[in-house]
Amino acid sequence: MLLWILQKLTVVMAQAESFMPTQGTEIAKSVDNLYAFLLVISLVSCVIVIGGMIYFAIKYKRKSDHDQTAYITHDTRLEILWSVIPLILFLFVFAWGWIIYHDMRTMPKDALEIHVNGKQWAWSAEYKNGVKSSEVVVPVGRDVRIILSAEDVLHSFYIPSFRIKQDAVPGRYTNLWFRADKMGEFHVFCTEYCGTQHSGMMTKLRVVTQEEFDQWLTTESEVSTLPIAQRGAKLFQTRACASCHNVDNAAVKVGPSLLKLFGSLNHELEGGAQVTADENYIRESILNSQAKIAKGFGPRSGMPAFQGQLSEVEVTALVEYIKGLK
Amino acid sequence: MAHAAHGSNYLNAQKGLWSWLTSLDHKRIGILYFISVMSFFLLGGIAALLLRGELFAYNAIDTAGKATGQLLPSADSYNQILTYHGAIMVFMVIIPGIPAILGNIFLPLQIGAKDVAFPKLNLASWYCLMAGATLAMITMFSTKVDTGWTFYTPYSIKSETAVTTMVLAAFITGMSSILTGLNFIVTVHKLRCPGMTMWRMPLFVWALYSTAIIQVLATPILAITLLLLAMERAFGVGIFDPKLGGDPVLFQHFFWFYSHPAVYIMILPAMGVISELITTFSKKTIFGYTAIAYSSLGIAAVSFFVWGHHMFVSGQSEFAGIVFSFLTMLVGVPTAIKMFNWVATMYKGSISFASPMLFALGFLFLFAIGGVTGIMLAVLPVDVHFHDTYFVVAHFHYVMVGGTLMAIMGGFYYWFPKMFGKMYSEFWARMSWIFIFVGFNVTFFPQFILGAMGMPRRYFNYIPAYEPLNRISTMGSWMIALGFLIGLYTIIDGLISGEKAPKNPWGSKTLEWEADSPPSVHNFDHEPIVTAGPYEYK
Repeated sequence: MLLWILQKLTVVMAQAESFMPTQGTEIAKSVDNLYAFLLVISLVSCVIVIGGMIYFAIKYKRKSDHDQTAYITHDTRLEILWSVIPLILFLFVFAWGWIIYHDMRTMPKDALEIHVNGKQWAWSAEYKNGVKSSEVVVPVGRDVRIILSAEDVLHSFYIPSFRIKQDAVPGRYTNLWFRADKMGEFHVFCTEYCGTQHSGMMTKLRVVTQEEFDQWLTTESEVSTLPIAQRGAKLFQTRACASCHNVDNAAVKVGPSLLKLFGSLNHELEGGAQVTADENYIRESILNSQAKIAKGFGPRSGMPAFQGQLSEVEVTALVEYIKGLK
Repeated sequence: MAHAAHGSNYLNAQKGLWSWLTSLDHKRIGILYFISVMSFFLLGGIAALLLRGELFAYNAIDTAGKATGQLLPSADSYNQILTYHGAIMVFMVIIPGIPAILGNIFLPLQIGAKDVAFPKLNLASWYCLMAGATLAMITMFSTKVDTGWTFYTPYSIKSETAVTTMVLAAFITGMSSILTGLNFIVTVHKLRCPGMTMWRMPLFVWALYSTAIIQVLATPILAITLLLLAMERAFGVGIFDPKLGGDPVLFQHFFWFYSHPAVYIMILPAMGVISELITTFSKKTIFGYTAIAYSSLGIAAVSFFVWGHHMFVSGQSEFAGIVFSFLTMLVGVPTAIKMFNWVATMYKGSISFASPMLFALGFLFLFAIGGVTGIMLAVLPVDVHFHDTYFVVAHFHYVMVGGTLMAIMGGFYYWFPKMFGKMYSEFWARMSWIFIFVGFNVTFFPQFILGAMGMPRRYFNYIPAYEPLNRISTMGSWMIALGFLIGLYTIIDGLISGEKAPKNPWGSKTLEWEADSPPSVHNFDHEPIVTAGPYEYK
């Protein structure tokens, strides 16, 4: 009966994703199962210890200063029991952990290998064909091995949804692997303190189909040889800027048209101020769209901040593309 | 009480600041530690409030990629303040806290001694702490440090802040810790009064003794590590710097080889205090005296072999990870034994809810949570997810604050009548407990969830999804602050207008309660003779 309740409770807890990020891999699921089991036995232990404490505190509450108490020095059988039971439980969860950890740390053969370098304060992924990218793009359902290195100080590559983390250490390679089951975008954080912008050292891990991945890799490698404004044009499509902004005289979409934006001296903002639409204005509007909103599109625009999502080169490419829209 | 009026207790035997600064009386040195540690605690606490204030809300990010602070001017100032909070609380509050204040005053009293074995060394260790603290304060307020209290290489080698002086400050406070430990070991072995056998010592003394062994054996490793770091910065000797062929991970091994045992330097004395409180306020002999005493020694011994559990994702081998996970499980057992013993001690007792006992019950509650989450973190793949997230932050605050700080407060309220010969207001003491206990849970429980959600620690800013729980956490920190302010008021009010305390207000059985309140300079008028164990409530 008790076991049945424990089992049910474990299943319920494992499915309660609200406390844990989405499970992006099989390993994430097995880690969550173990965690759910730990939560349940922890809860039971706390109920025994804290519950026992509260029960005794109420039941044996002092009635007068002359209360007589029992004189109990020890009970060997009881003490052995409560040493051995925790020990068995601890060894059980240790062994369970070992099995999953062994899977985590055994690098699959024939995995897609990506070099990821940590540098104060950005991640940079490099693919075998020479493509460099600030976001990590991987195909769904395929073993991926990330080979980590660090340029300056310690960093740590952490994908919460995959329950995986590994320090990047200057002067040596470390690695981790995963097989993403779910498509979508996942956070990548740096979890080893690395100085000023430590908390800004984030990127995205994008899981796409194999076809999309191959296409992305080809496009990226072609794009990297294109003139800079043309790279911006490509990015304008792939980053879905085009779904909100026109670059011609057509009807206004969600956001303002970008035609003839660059160089306009009296570009009007929400709230009446005017600015010159120079390179820095465009840069700021891409990275933090809320900073200065064009007249008629406020007070809060729906555009996401691209800070941390675009590499320096990519921002420049976009700025150059927008400059050319005459 | 008649003596007190004639200036024959340790507080009024001599007058003037100089008599305090040169005192060799272990009780007076304890008071010196009390004043200095509480001042450091105030500073560390203000730092904590600033950090929590900054994390109250998500910060928008500007074009330079920088988040503008809510409260603090920049990410750099946040990183400096988090370094100060950690360094002050660890090296100047939690490590010296119980041994140097309560241990100094009550270890000799509890074993019926006139003083510690080396009174001059005792004073010297206070000056060491003060010298280290002064150097640290100068560094903080002038040149600044931003490495975090862990000084991980190679960041600490590259950082342009004043890492070297900060490291030297930690080195000097470490000396203080070693000297105190040495003093306690010799005192326990050599100065017990007639009849006070090792197995009749109060468990607080056993805990301090186990702690002292760790202090003497582990702190030199920290000292050497910090010196190597200073040499690396000054001369580029190439031990830790990968550019010179060094290994940055080696620093972590050295650092945790001290700092993990140091965790037990912080918690073992607290466990000793709890044994005293539970027995007194349950009017019961301790359940399993030998088991608790041996588990203290057991924890002290095993604590030297678990440092690698701080490094599961640092790049150490899979095999090392497995070994350290296994050993960590073993250190969990004696800790669990203590918990069960304390609860069992309450069985069929006569339980009073006086404020020291409330802190002891609070300790059991919070330490249970700190303990089970510790086991979670010892499980390898679970740690891979939680490592360096707020789950770890919540866990060690449950152990260090929920454990050690609750014990300091409980122990302080318990021994206050003995230390100052006065009673404090029970009402205000209970109020401080309520605010600290509730505020603590409001602050730190949400951090477990934040950690499970993936929020990394030492983050000046976070993704918007983490905002609601951070808000709750910050509000909890205000409650804790209020609780400690009430505690401070309770103490000052007790000192000024408290009623005279009797010799033994709680009906305790240990030896210190046979001395006057406050004790005379030589503690006991006649050397006590012990004929029974410490908790004979028959």
